[in-house]
Order: sequence, then C-alpha cells, then structure tokens
Amino acid sequence: MEDWAEAGVACVGLGLPNFYGDRMLVCRTAFVLLLALSSSAPVIAQTVKLGELNSYKVFPAFLEPYRKGMELALDEVNAAGGVLGRKLEIVSRDDGGTPGDAVRVAEELVSRERVAMLMGTFPSNVGLAIADFAKQRKIPFLAAEPLTDKIVWESGNKYTYRLRASTFMQTAMLVPEAAKLGKKRWAIVYPNYEYGQSATAAFKKQMNLLQGGGLEFIELAVPLGKIDPGPVVQALQDAKPDAIFSSLFGADLARFVREGQLRGLFKDKPVFNLLGGEPEYLDPLKDEAPVGWYVTGYPWYAIDTPEHRKFRDAYQARFNDYPRLGSVVGYSTVIAAAAAIKKAGSTDPEKIVAALSGLQFATPFGAVTFRAIDHQSTMGAYVGRTALKDGKGIMVDWRYADGADYLPSDADVRKMRPQ
Amino acid sequence: MSLASFLLQLLNGLSSASALFLVSAGLTLIFGVTRIVNFAHGSLYMLGAYCAYGLGEFLAGHLGRGAVSFWAGVALAALAVALIGALIEVLLLKRLYAAPELLQLTATFAVVLIVRDAALAIWGAEDLLGPRAPGFAGTVVLLGHAIPQYDLFLIVVGPLVLVALTWLVTRTRFGVLIRAASENRTLTAALGIDQVKLFTAVFALGALLAGLAGALQLPREPANLGMDLAIIADAFVVTVVGGLGSIPGAFLAALLIGLTKALCIALGNVEISGIEIAFPRLTLVAEFVVMAIVLAVKPHGLLGRPPVPPSSTPLPEQRELVSAPGRREAWVAALLLALLLSVPWWRDDYTVVLATDILIATLFAASLQFLVGTGGMTSFGHAAYFGVGAYAAAIAVKAGAPMSAALVVAPVAALIAAIVFGWFCVRLSGVYLAMLTLAFAQIVWSIAFQWESVTGGSNGLVGIWPTEWLTGRVRYYFFTLALVAVAMGALLRIGRSPFGFALRGVRDSPLRAAALGIDVRRTQWKGFALAGLFAGVAGGLFAFSKGSISPESLAIPRSVDALVMVLLGGLNALFGPLLGAVAFTWLTDTLARATEYWRALLGTMILVLVLVFPMGIGGAFARLVRWRLRT
Repeated sequence: MEDWAEAGVACVGLGLPNFYGDRMLVCRTAFVLLLALSSSAPVIAQTVKLGELNSYKVFPAFLEPYRKGMELALDEVNAAGGVLGRKLEIVSRDDGGTPGDAVRVAEELVSRERVAMLMGTFPSNVGLAIADFAKQRKIPFLAAEPLTDKIVWESGNKYTYRLRASTFMQTAMLVPEAAKLGKKRWAIVYPNYEYGQSATAAFKKQMNLLQGGGLEFIELAVPLGKIDPGPVVQALQDAKPDAIFSSLFGADLARFVREGQLRGLFKDKPVFNLLGGEPEYLDPLKDEAPVGWYVTGYPWYAIDTPEHRKFRDAYQARFNDYPRLGSVVGYSTVIAAAAAIKKAGSTDPEKIVAALSGLQFATPFGAVTFRAIDHQSTMGAYVGRTALKDGKGIMVDWRYADGADYLPSDADVRKMRPQ
Repeated sequence: MSLASFLLQLLNGLSSASALFLVSAGLTLIFGVTRIVNFAHGSLYMLGAYCAYGLGEFLAGHLGRGAVSFWAGVALAALAVALIGALIEVLLLKRLYAAPELLQLTATFAVVLIVRDAALAIWGAEDLLGPRAPGFAGTVVLLGHAIPQYDLFLIVVGPLVLVALTWLVTRTRFGVLIRAASENRTLTAALGIDQVKLFTAVFALGALLAGLAGALQLPREPANLGMDLAIIADAFVVTVVGGLGSIPGAFLAALLIGLTKALCIALGNVEISGIEIAFPRLTLVAEFVVMAIVLAVKPHGLLGRPPVPPSSTPLPEQRELVSAPGRREAWVAALLLALLLSVPWWRDDYTVVLATDILIATLFAASLQFLVGTGGMTSFGHAAYFGVGAYAAAIAVKAGAPMSAALVVAPVAALIAAIVFGWFCVRLSGVYLAMLTLAFAQIVWSIAFQWESVTGGSNGLVGIWPTEWLTGRVRYYFFTLALVAVAMGALLRIGRSPFGFALRGVRDSPLRAAALGIDVRRTQWKGFALAGLFAGVAGGLFAFSKGSISPESLAIPRSVDALVMVLLGGLNALFGPLLGAVAFTWLTDTLARATEYWRALLGTMILVLVLVFPMGIGGAFARLVRWRLRT
C-alpha cells in the first residue's frame, strides 16, 4: 500500500497523468510484456527465507562446493525443526560477478522474495556494493566469502557482518613464521586487484612491525587470471630475494608453480602463499604441488575434532565427495544465519541485526563469534606447510589459527571504522 | 638488470609472442575472408585446451602415459576444434551472411555463452592441469639461467606455422581462392567459385589454429573456464595491430606485444625523476596502449591495406530514406509511455527495479544505436562513456556535490572523453575504428582500476544513493523515466535534424557528402561526441540506481551487452533500443533465476532471436507494418 501511495505522489508530483485507468489501451499494446513480467502470483510465505547471492558462474571452483555446504546445513537446520517453528528456505541467485547485477538481484530478493536477510557474495567489489545496499535498504547482510578488510573496517556498517577470516587476518597468521626466519629481502608477487594489493600492504606493514627495520620488498603485480609466468619468474630470480611472499591463487598459482619449479626459483628459498593450502587451489596441482611452502588453507583429511568429523562424515555421505573450504564457508554461513534468526526470535531486520552482534555459533572449525565492535567473525584458518603424499598436495605441521588472535586492537578498529 | 637477464626476458617475450600468434593467426584468417568478427575464437582456444586434456587422459588410459598419447591428444584436439568450428559455420553463421555484418558478432557472442557452460558441464569447475610436454619437459641452461625447453619449442612453432600458412596462402589454389575472396567476394562468386565451401573451409582452418594454440598451451596453463575471455581481447589486438587479414602482420604484432609485456615485467618498479612507476602494473593495459599508438600512426595496422569498399550494396533497410516520425510513430510512442507509466502497478517493487534497469539500458543502447546505426561508426568500447559518466557522478557525490550537480557532471565528463577519443577514432573506419574505441575503453578501464585514491580501484566507490526524496524505488523509476524520455526525444530529434541527415549522408557515401560541402570528419566527430554525451546520462542514472560503481561498468562485457541490445532491437529501428534492452535485460534476469545453466540458455535464446529476426525485433516489426500496408 505504501508503495502505491508513493507512486501516486510521484505521479502527481511530476505532473503526469495516471494511465493505469485506461485498461483497454494498456492491454491491447502490452499483452506480451505483461505476460512476460507477471508470470506468477506471490505465494504467502510459509517459510523463513534467506536470500543468497553469489558469482556461481565466475568462480565455480570455489562456489560449487559452497553450494553443497549450504544444502547440507539447510537440511540439518530443518531436520532439527527449522527456525521460529517454520522451515528455513534459501532463495539462491547468480549475481553474475558484477556489483551492478548483484544489486539488482539483491533488490529482487528483498522486494519480491521478501527474504529475512541477505547472505553470500564472493569478490570484494560485489561484497562492498551489497554491504552498502544493505545499509541503504536496512536489511541484514552476512558476507560469506569476500576477504576485503574494508567491508568491516573502512566501509563497515550496522547491517553487514562477515564470516571468513579477512586478508589482514590471514596475512597476520603467516607473518610470525615469516618474521622468525629473519630474511631481509622479500619478493612479493600478487594479483593486481584489491585482495592482492591489501595482502601485500598488510604483509609489509606487519613484517616491519614484527621484524623491525632493514627489510627490503620487491613487488611484482600481475593481472588477475593472466599471469605471464616466464617473465614473472625470471624477474623474481633477477631480484635475488631471500624469500617470497605470494597471494596468487587459481590458474595463476598453477602456472606460477610449474614455471617456478622448472626454472628453479623456489630452490633454497622459503615461500609463503596466502590461501595456497585451500583444496580448491592446491588439489589441481596434483603431484606438482610445491613442498615446504607456508600456506593458509584447509587440511580436511587431518582435522579430527568432533565437530569437524561430524561435518566431514555428513558431507561425504551426502555428496560422495570430500569437502573443500568453500563447503565449510557455505555450511557455516547458513548455520550462522539460522542462529541469528533463532536468537532474534523474529524476522524483523533490526532484531536480526541486533542478534548477530556477539552471536556465537558452531562451525566445523569450532565455536565462532561475530564481534560486536566490527562485525567480523572470529572464524580462523589453518596454517601449515605443504607436502606431497600419494601424488597429491597436502598440508602438514598445521595448526588452527583462531581468528580472534589476529585482529587489530579495539582502539585501532575504532579509528578505522565509521562509528 | 644485467644484459644476460635482459636477453633472457626477450626470449621469454618471444615464447609468449609465439603462443599469441598461434591464436591470432586463425582469427585474422577468418576475418580476412569472411569478414566475421569472431568473438567465439577465444572459446575455440579454450576448447582446444580442454579437448587436449580430455583426449590426452583418454589415450593415456589406453596407450599409457607418454609422448604418443600426449602429442596425439594435441593433434586430435586441434582436429576436434576444427570440426566444431565447421559446425558453427554451417549451422549458424552461414545463415547470417546476408544480414548486417555485426549480427554475426552477436551470434558468436551467443556461442561464447554456450561453450562456457558446456565446458563447465562436461569438464567440471576445477582447473585441469595437464602433463608437461613429453620430450620438452626439462630445461636448458642459457646464460646461467634455466630456460624451459617448452618455451624454446614454442619459439620454433610460431615461425613454422607462419611459414606453413604463408605457403598455403601464396602457393596453393586454396590460397589463391582465399586471397580472391578477401579482395572481392562478389567477383569471386561471379567467377563460379563455391563460396559456401570456401567459407566453411576457412572457418574450420581458423578454428583448427585456435584449437592447436589452446592444446599447446596445456603444458603451461591448466585448462580453466577463464581462458576464453583472457585470450580474446589480446587476440583481437594482435589481429588489428598487424592489419586485418595479414598473417605476417599478426606475427609482427604478436612479437611487438609479447616483447612489450615481458619488458614491462622486467623493468619492475622504476623511479624516474622522483616518481615511482610500477611497470609490471602496466601489463594490465600494455597491449591496448600499443594498439592505440599503432593505429594513430598507421590507421590500417602494421601490414594491413586500406579495406576495399564493401562489395555488397547496403541493405534495403539501411538504404531507405528516413522520414520524420509520423502520426503512427507518435501514437506508438504515446502508448509506450503510458505503458511505462503504469509499471509500478503491475506486480511489485522488483518490477520497478527491473524496469529502471531496462530504461537505463535503453538510453545506453540508443546512444550506441545513434553512433552505429545513424553514424555508421561501430564501437566496441561504448561502455567507456557510460562508465566515465557513472564515475564522474560518483566522484562528484564523494566530493560533496548534490545529486543534481552530479547528474550534470556525468554527461559533461562523458562528452569531454568522447570529444578527445573521438578525434582519433573518426580518422579510422570499419573494424579499425571499432578496435580503437575498444583500446580507449580499456585504457579508461585500467585507469579506473588502478587509481585507488580517486576511483576506489578494483572495489570502486560505494554510497552513491539518490537524494532523500528520490530514494524510493518507484520515485527513482519515474525520475529515470522522465530523464530517459527527454533524452530519447532529443536523440530522435537530432537524428531527424539536418545534422542527422548529414551524418547519414557521410555514412552512406562520404565522397558525395564531401562534394555537397559537408565536412566528413567534423560531422562524424560531432556524432561521436553526442553519442558519448547520452551514454554519460545513462551512466549517471546507473550509478544512482545501484548506489555503487566499479570498473565493470566500463569493461568490455558492458560494451558487448550494448551492441547485442542494439542488434537484437534492430540497427535502424526507431524503437529498437527499447526492444533490445527489454529482450536482453529481461531474458538475463529471468533465465538467471530459472536455471543453473542460464548462460547457455541465454546464448541459445539470442541465437534464436538472431536467426528469426536478422534485422532485429524492431526491424521485423517495421517489415510487418510495411507488408500490412501493401496488402
């Protein structure tokens, strides 16, 4: 009703006649369009709807396991009675990987599907655009995958929460190991966009803090998805670094690893690679997976905590496939959303936002909290070194780095985040 | 950097160049003969890599892992892709040779969408790393560095293919026919040459080269779903820099670009008079800068020749005199407006959001239609002006300007960009012009992508929402409708003004137009600037409708989307942009919700539309009206 009134006001305000009354005119000329646009009448909601959007066709390697993780969590929540006495439903959409399309999809989820909250997104720019949309339309948004630090700090807002350990946090997890080595001359190679740039900046800043001065950094930015490995590897060799820090992933990482091994770049040099231990990026390397690299990732085969075992067994039983990191992210996102709605006791957006603050929920990695101060979850990552076993890359000597231990001080957060 | 490493970087550049040449040779061959701008060439390349992986694994299962299974896999993959290419030509493109040339581009764009989803369905989402090439798996020590043998192998393969193709073109009957067809299609046909078979053969040969290039890439890069788009722009650049249809030219261009990129990486971050320049970052755009410079100096590429004037006469639809919109058109426009005004009462708020998107797309497409249809200047980079408008509005808002001021800044900024770039572009024609617009668009894109402090870098800018009284979806819709209606009216008026007729005259016959005292270049330049201006209006509206702006808004896919909309609607149809925008936006939106493989479905729908309405949906309407008037 409100919208009708609004439109009427706008109509009068613009001094334009209301053509709606002229049915014949409209009907005769527009039946095709009408047919197309109004295919089904809205159904009265019997479920609590979660609006999910992601770039399924742009990052399928990560997001297909993610979708499976979501399905598993949804079934578990509903088997346990759903939320608020109703079944939970996920309305999932492809956002095409661009912020413009993502905002349109989010509009559809909010205004047509009437979802209780939004969740998902993969690339940083889409995550940030939806976070801002959430603030504008006053709807809770749970960013699942974007790693950008800005989404909780510089561009943080009341309605947005983020699940995964951010670029800053994951870099911070690797820095203590790097600083211990006492290497002075570091070569940094990174994909030339926000994630790579902030990983590089975070690494330099934290290394200088931890190891003191006298460090040298040689940086090499490569276009995302289009690394030219020959010249890159040789430029790194010519720089004669003591150690290497990389934030490459996907096909770029595979090309870099193969070319670097062939040309002997990694010989006798410690290499750090953010995300390098994630099965999504490590497994395609098969028997050419690098050995002895320091990485963040997910050793699904070796984590034997009860909560992870339960998750892994359920996942393998259902999909006949092993979980990737994306599966954990998808699973945990749905669990978090369900927990928030339960705690809120309603689908009122303001109540859900309030419930998310300080919310504790169970993930395959253990209990995790959404910090009240910046809406970042304390979900961590596994830090370890790569090795080869039976012709496959694995992580060894790993430990779980709890996200809570790798976040800046409250005073620093207050300085960065708009209050 | 020592001399040794400099020389070795040149060697690295050579092997990249060789790989690039293999892809581009096929593209330039296909264009030279059939005049098809084949967007699907990158997809054929990707298929080559996937097929080589699949066939290699299959053969390894039967013959054992080794040289035989690998190289047989590569050869079979190239043949398989050639077959797929031949099928695409016979089933699809053959039906479109009579249609406007650009329509084939739309069809190949649809093929890109379908191939991508097909590859995902067949081979799965995970990257597939192939084996190293047997026989070339190790390294050779050169000047104290280990150089992969496979790089040296590629450096040899490139020139070998060049020699083989040159021999084919200059020394065989098939080559004579190819050259004859690229010089003058009509005459070749008149001499009794079976063009149908010739075109199929050439297309298959081009596809074979693309497939071979993809298969040979497998030892260097895992087969992945991003390969098609990663290579296609580079392949186009090489083709154009070398001169369309010139195979030696493509080789030179590939060398130029491969070496430039290797040098950018080799130079690293260099301090020049106090300013640090990060050369590796330039690799993002190096090939486009090279192209812009080459085309500014040599308008037909390094070894290209000025194109022969089109041998086919213009299409009837294009030749027809344009009359001022009569009563009938006025009625239709009034009805459409009434229909659009009623949108908020149709279903729910989302319909309004979708309709807002459609209106903005309509204006964007209309500005491109004005450029391509009325002005006869094809643009592959029209998103530049849309994006500049959007960014200008967003930057203005971030600087504290009100929305009204931002919406004035948007078209002004786009106009300025179009005036500057247009000055260079109108000096060229045909595909060269189109590629120069693409180069400028990519340069603007890379600036937006890298200039963190002003444009927000890859993240873009957020928080660009309309002022208080326009925040409601319905109100913003009416606001957009009002602005778009006024802008469309203005575009229409300009198209029917003396200037519009001068522009058409220049399009149809530059010589006669010049004889009548029309300044050809100046008229085109003005037309180009105007098209940019209106794209800027659409860009400004877009920024406020989404609340954010990021580099995607001026990237290649947006330019292609606009072209597809224009062609779907009809290149010269009065209501073409609206019909095209409705069809494309609505289809994308509905299909993305309906099925997982929505890209393939969207591609199929576009193919159907293209085959059923070769003159666009609007063109079909016009035909229908004429036919009814006659009977």
